[in-house]
Amino acid sequence: MRQETCDVLIIGAGPGGYVCAIRCGQLGLNTVVVEAKAPGGTCLNVGCIPSKALIHAADRFHEAAELSGDNVLGITTAAPAIDLGRTVAWKDGIVARLTGGVAGLMKKAKVRAVQGHAQIVDGKTVTVETEDGPIRIATKNLVIATGSAPQDIAALPFGGDILSSTEALSLAQVPQRLAVVGGGYIGLEIGTAMAKLGADVTVVEAAPRILPQYDADLTRPVAKRLEALGIRVLTNAKAGGFADGNLAVETADGVQQIAADKVLVTVGRKPVTQGFGLEGLMLDMAGRYIAVNDRCQTSMQGVYAIGDVTGDPMLAHRAMAQGAMVAEVLAGKPASWDKRAIPAVCFTDPEIVTVGLLPADAPGAKVAQFPFAGNGRSLTLERDDGFVRFVSDANSGLILGIQAVGAGVSEMAGQFAQSLEMAATLTDIADTIHAHPTLGETVQEAAMKALGRALHG
Amino acid sequence: MGISSIKVPDVGEGVAEVELVEWHVKPGDSVREDDVLAAVMTDKATVEIPSLFDGTIVSLGAEIGETVAVGSVLLTIEHAGDGNATEEAAPSKPAETPPAEDTPAPKPVEAPAKPAPLPNPAADPAIFGTAQAPRPEGQVPLASPSVRARARDAGIDLRRVAGTGPAGRITHADLDQVFAAGPGQTATPARGRAERQGEEAIKIIGLRRKIADRMALANTRIPHITVIEEIDVTALEDLRAAMNAKRGDRPKLTVLPFISAALCRALLDHPEMNARFDDDAGIVTRHAPVHLGIATMTDGGLMVPVLRHAEAKGPFATASEIARLAEAARSGKASREELSGSTITITSLGPLGALATTPIINHPEVAILGVNKMAVRPMWDGSQFVPRKMMNISASFDHRVIDGWDAASFVSVLKNLLENPAMIFMEPEA
Repeated sequence: MRQETCDVLIIGAGPGGYVCAIRCGQLGLNTVVVEAKAPGGTCLNVGCIPSKALIHAADRFHEAAELSGDNVLGITTAAPAIDLGRTVAWKDGIVARLTGGVAGLMKKAKVRAVQGHAQIVDGKTVTVETEDGPIRIATKNLVIATGSAPQDIAALPFGGDILSSTEALSLAQVPQRLAVVGGGYIGLEIGTAMAKLGADVTVVEAAPRILPQYDADLTRPVAKRLEALGIRVLTNAKAGGFADGNLAVETADGVQQIAADKVLVTVGRKPVTQGFGLEGLMLDMAGRYIAVNDRCQTSMQGVYAIGDVTGDPMLAHRAMAQGAMVAEVLAGKPASWDKRAIPAVCFTDPEIVTVGLLPADAPGAKVAQFPFAGNGRSLTLERDDGFVRFVSDANSGLILGIQAVGAGVSEMAGQFAQSLEMAATLTDIADTIHAHPTLGETVQEAAMKALGRALHG
Repeated sequence: MGISSIKVPDVGEGVAEVELVEWHVKPGDSVREDDVLAAVMTDKATVEIPSLFDGTIVSLGAEIGETVAVGSVLLTIEHAGDGNATEEAAPSKPAETPPAEDTPAPKPVEAPAKPAPLPNPAADPAIFGTAQAPRPEGQVPLASPSVRARARDAGIDLRRVAGTGPAGRITHADLDQVFAAGPGQTATPARGRAERQGEEAIKIIGLRRKIADRMALANTRIPHITVIEEIDVTALEDLRAAMNAKRGDRPKLTVLPFISAALCRALLDHPEMNARFDDDAGIVTRHAPVHLGIATMTDGGLMVPVLRHAEAKGPFATASEIARLAEAARSGKASREELSGSTITITSLGPLGALATTPIINHPEVAILGVNKMAVRPMWDGSQFVPRKMMNISASFDHRVIDGWDAASFVSVLKNLLENPAMIFMEPEA
């Protein structure tokens, strides 16, 4: 068997793994990254990027459809039609460009990419089945970045007309009737896009509300929009089996049958901790995740874990930050995890951004919000739903959390996170000039309102 | 909800009591299962005690520095489900008032009236006194990422730095003050000659107390005799250089592996030195294997990891094993086996090794070899001064069982071996 040695071996070239690899390479470490599929992981191939492409296409289609009817802008146009196959091909082109870019960046950083399935022999040795035969790689440090996979449910195993998010992003045509099991952000993003593309969508959520991790104020604009788009939302509802084009759904009113051509199951994601010999390391686990410390070190010396395998929140940007930090640790730098905030974005319609503490997490804190209805730019975009909300310390004005719901608010995530990282106070935001006319003025107004000096509300 | 007591676990090795060296929690803290609650120390190792429950700490059962028996109550914890604590088992110390929940972020300090980009430390020497005290454990210091990175690179714990910014935020100017103050972080900058005030009481606990106890035991019980001899190590150094030049992937040899080898060789002639003296029973036990204690400086203090069967190891094996043991001791990962059972000990301070030392014997052993600093000195060869590499050794012996003559004879054997290093590696002939 071919033998190789390296300083760092990373299993998985997703956002965590490839960032860790590039940074290790930049820091002069002899680095190997092993990936069975294309680089970029779930995020680039079957997650963040493809879903945003689909959402964009759906928005464009929906706009065209709205303009083909009576509209306030006075535009007249014909009803649109869509060839979803072409949309998917366009999306695949973006993915190919990005994964190719990642491969190029790793090469530039002198990272050796090995394509194949990794198998851990021990904490210092990994074998890989490649096309050219097996390789045995001895490494000083091992980084586990195997990510996560869609969670299935026993009654609805993936396959055939029962889709995970992966298949839903590569459909050849828009399903006539789509049932979405799980009203979390993934299900709502894809469900909304499909509804805008003309599907008849039903969302089945077991909790009393969609996006149950957020408060009702924050999710209400999304719920209203789902209703306006004709999406049926069943809450307190439990999905059963799917047979003969009918999904059995149990609610307080008894079991009802939901007619569906496809069933999309988005009930969460599970860490990938099996199938590559991880068991043999006997690492300490934190529930189903690999337990790590503030340097992403596992219970075994020289073995690190980053990204979704280390637990919630399962977000690409968290994995990237962990990957970069582990590279610094491996290069002997005094790095450790000291992030104050990990922003989370739902690309629902309207979008939701949350950073830091929600009002329920901070009893006694001051909560103030300002609506987009009071923002000129929002009105010119025909979207006045949603608001920006600050959660702050009642004494010092220290910002503890920021949330926003509204069209296009995802781009505010950076400002929100930076405010928390900088330990900003309400005054820091309120006294910063926000350009007019932009949606961002609402951020300033919300901070001013928290200070009792809002000008426009 | 129930209240359970968490007891001092049996850490094995027949240990009946342990010393509490660190609390990781205080009453009122929320903990999760497997979070570390406390660290206790046995004769040889520090053991962390994890929580068995998710819950809230009710009370602590001992103070740092206290010796607690295995099986006694370490603390009590409130958790979901039924508790196991009975009135009897509850620790006698009353629970302290738990700190108010969700203490808001530090109260804002009066920001300087002017923006004052670089406050003059001399003009405001009390800046650290007036700003809020260092933050309690668990409270995140408020600082921007660039301030945090700068502190991290400089090894400064921001929890100990007072912040003068809004909401108690630590600014770059606050860090400038810390740098100006130098080590100790919170001291006011020293300017010129000034009388210093104050004193600091440091509780001797944990490893430091073990060291203190063992040193006192050794020095009160053992009448030491110390023999100091000078060694011409020029030939040994030549040999070492030659072996290092050809070492390939093997670890670089210091002088220590050679001294270990010479010591093992000399012990063949002087088995009485490789012994442990049970003075209570009045029995000296001579050992055939040489388990060589290597006095090692760690952050916590002196530790003595043991190179087992030094007599069976070549120089390179000795070097790598010593390096491994030293690293294990320094990182706190050395096992009990690796820290006990030595039959004779070497203490070497390397370049700090001084001219001579008076080593304290590692009780209950009977001999210890101190290695002093090497230096080039002019030596008289009968007709002229020549530069020679010279090094002193300082060996202490238990004078109760080792006579001065034996001690001197042993040191002279060592000197002879080290000055003629080929003899170290010669097989003894019958």
